Amino acid sequence: MKSAKNVSFAVVGSGGAGAITAGSILIEAAGKSGWHGLMTRSVGPQIRGGEAAALVRLSTKPAFCMSRDFDILVAIDWKNADRFIGSMPVASAGLVIADPAAGDPPAALRDGDCTIVECPIGELAKAIQGGRPNMICVGLVAQLTGLPIDMVMQVVASKLESKGASAIEIGGLCIEAGMTAAAGFGTRFVLETPGKPDSKRWLITGNEAVGLGALRGGVEFAAAYPITPATEVLEYLAPALASIGGALVQAEDELASINMIMGASYGGRPSITATSGPGLSLMMESLGLATAAEVPLVVIDVMRAGPSTGIATKSEQSDLNIAVHGFHGDAPHVVLAPLSVADCLFTAQWAVHIAETLQSPVIVLSDQSIGQAHVLIDRPADVTFLTRRKPYQAASEPYLRYAVTADGVSPMSIPGQPGGQYTADGLTHTERGTPSSTAKAQRQQMDKRLHKIEAFDFGDHWGVTEGTGDTVILTWGSLTGAVREAIDALQDDGIDVRLVALRQISPFPEKPLQAALSGAKRVLFVEQNHSGQFYRYVRSHIDLPFDIDRLNREGPDAIGPDEIASSIRDWKSQ
Amino acid sequence: MNVPNLKPKDFTSDVTPVWCPGCGDFHVLMSITRALAELGRPPEDIAVISGIGCSSRIPAYTNCYGFHGVHGRSLSLAAGLKIARPDLTVLAMSGDGDGFSIGGNHFLHACRRNVDMTYIVMDNRVYGMTKGQPSPTTEPDWDSALSPGGTGLSPFHPLVIALASGANFVAREFSGNIKGCTKTIVEAVNHPGFSFVEILSPCVTFRPDEKEWKNQVHGASVPETDDPARAARRIMTDDGMNTGILYRGQRKPYFASVKNTFGEIAPLERAFEV
Ligand SMILES: Cc1ncc(C[n+]2csc(CCOP(=O)(O)OP(=O)(O)O)c2C)c(N)n1
Ligand code: SF4
Ligand SMILES: [Mg+2]
Repeated sequence: MKSAKNVSFAVVGSGGAGAITAGSILIEAAGKSGWHGLMTRSVGPQIRGGEAAALVRLSTKPAFCMSRDFDILVAIDWKNADRFIGSMPVASAGLVIADPAAGDPPAALRDGDCTIVECPIGELAKAIQGGRPNMICVGLVAQLTGLPIDMVMQVVASKLESKGASAIEIGGLCIEAGMTAAAGFGTRFVLETPGKPDSKRWLITGNEAVGLGALRGGVEFAAAYPITPATEVLEYLAPALASIGGALVQAEDELASINMIMGASYGGRPSITATSGPGLSLMMESLGLATAAEVPLVVIDVMRAGPSTGIATKSEQSDLNIAVHGFHGDAPHVVLAPLSVADCLFTAQWAVHIAETLQSPVIVLSDQSIGQAHVLIDRPADVTFLTRRKPYQAASEPYLRYAVTADGVSPMSIPGQPGGQYTADGLTHTERGTPSSTAKAQRQQMDKRLHKIEAFDFGDHWGVTEGTGDTVILTWGSLTGAVREAIDALQDDGIDVRLVALRQISPFPEKPLQAALSGAKRVLFVEQNHSGQFYRYVRSHIDLPFDIDRLNREGPDAIGPDEIASSIRDWKSQ
Repeated sequence: MNVPNLKPKDFTSDVTPVWCPGCGDFHVLMSITRALAELGRPPEDIAVISGIGCSSRIPAYTNCYGFHGVHGRSLSLAAGLKIARPDLTVLAMSGDGDGFSIGGNHFLHACRRNVDMTYIVMDNRVYGMTKGQPSPTTEPDWDSALSPGGTGLSPFHPLVIALASGANFVAREFSGNIKGCTKTIVEAVNHPGFSFVEILSPCVTFRPDEKEWKNQVHGASVPETDDPARAARRIMTDDGMNTGILYRGQRKPYFASVKNTFGEIAPLERAFEV
């Protein structure tokens, strides 16, 4: 029997049917068993009570993005399914499990070449006192994919713990019934046995990982205004901060939230906010103030499809321009982008470190595709940075808050320190902080602020480069995952492609990028936006004496590994 | 820590104000430094936070920690600072344009949120910094280049709005009455929760008519109250020149604050283990 390295399934049902719960149980059980995987949720245009689907991919290797089509689709019911079924195609060798009592599957499926089998999901659940159809589905998928039943039951037991022993027992009976029902549906989706992970695997979203990374970095205060798809960062941080002694404030808008964190940071507390494009737009003026007044702060932008309100629930990498160029005046600052869900943790922690060390705003460009995906990852390594603001030391001379120093970073006092009083100011100022409109002050402070960022040692965190080959895929942020998977697939066909992905967007990592591109003949730019913001940005900094190709597209259609690999194959065959 | 024998000059910096001679804001500065001396906390424990405008230049003229922010956001900076550092005494400062126009939304929510700090608005019923445009508190028929013949809009009523939004202490003063201002600022700082003090502070350059204010203001003829409805009725029907403490409420200040000791992060990681 040949077993699968990857299997993708969708559990669909109307809101409240428990499709998402079924997906969560299955992915957790897979994580316990040593597989990798990721889960996204599809909820309909209605805010509540609409259709819901758990989309899950399980894999023997780290999984970065959803498959383009599904191997298994299990439907609790078909209510409203017409509306979203088009966006989750079933593979031609795929299997649809439908309850005859729920009526005919949507035409899109009936007309396709996948196999549709019937299973009386509702009836099986009814036969068990208190039984639920979604738990029958758990059993169906567990059987089809070869998930160990004991792991599934461990997850069910912990999830239903509060509901008591009988609920757990009923859940178990449903799962068994589902497994029995699926026994005749074949073994072609059974996953290869995984290796044992070194430590317990984590199931985490990018939004949670950003929050945890910020806490690891030492964040003590947050203020924010809710916005999709960033809200989960805040909902994670609110109780987490409160539990360790920090605080999160829900502000009246993003103008307030950015200024609240600036006030808190001025008060000596490492601070953060999270938002999406519309909120980032509102924050721009105040971010300029943080640059001029040299106040450390971190802004997480979980990008969504723009412009304007755009598509709030869909991903894009289209805020690069505003993040890098949105400030008025010359305002050097730092922009970073995490390369995966797991990397959200590191990048957020690094962002806090840079903000505190450089006394500068740092914008982190995450996006919906990693922010809201639940992914099984190996526990991210502990990283320690020597994060510290350059401290003010009492001296006999008057304190120069904006003193010109060798590294451009000036000692920063915090309120309460005697002799450290100064006025932080967005007006052009002298070393002391006194407003001044002289050419000298303007030049001196601009030079200093640029210098501190240019002189900073970003180490080897600027990005990653993997593989060899004179064909390079150059990407940034979250698309790195899809590119990695594409390069893996190409490798299986004997095509060597080099990955170069930028985590550090601004300041532009010119030297390491040049080095990473050395020997390249062809470079394919991959990014999820309409105009090729990253390509244009890179081109504005360095010459590109290569054959250039570009794969870029706006949301909501995610650029996937297959498409990236085809771009390379087509190019190769030219 | 309280320090005895602090003098107003201990709170004054050596930066020369950019204000026009005769500007009411000089008097506000004097009142603030006197009030701070009376309050007895050293300058390093005080933060003076402002937005943009002539009035908002005030932080650098004190010897306290200061933040001269962007236009309209002094309250947000100040609230963040106070929640993060509850040990500090925080004064937020604005002009009428800064506080009621571009920053109007923050005013409502600062009153509601009731963070323990003091908000002083230097109201000259004009945009002084940008050379004489009408503000939300300007009379409807005040003529200017930008609004010839006046705006025709009825003025914003800061004290009523503060009351309606939940401010815990509401007062009006006149900058020329340094004794009165000083006393009210001390009371405002000492009162828990969000204290709002509107100080009528003439712009002698673009509103020379306001030089007459010194003859028009008068102390409130009725005592302060803790009943917002009564306070609102009084202030709605007064002549706008009534000074003194109008309202002192009992609401509990905003609850959240950052602590000085922090728990471990590692236990938070367990939530993600499968
Ligand atoms: C975002 C923004 N818009 C406009 C301005 C221009 N501006 C500076 S001060 C000011 C009005 C200040 O009026 P007010 O707050 O009453 O202060 P005053 O000068 O009267 O004391 C304006 C509109 C600015 N600095 N920032
Ligand atoms: S313009 Fe008016 S408010 Fe500004 S400093 Fe001069 S007098 Fe004062
Ligand atoms: Mg004014």
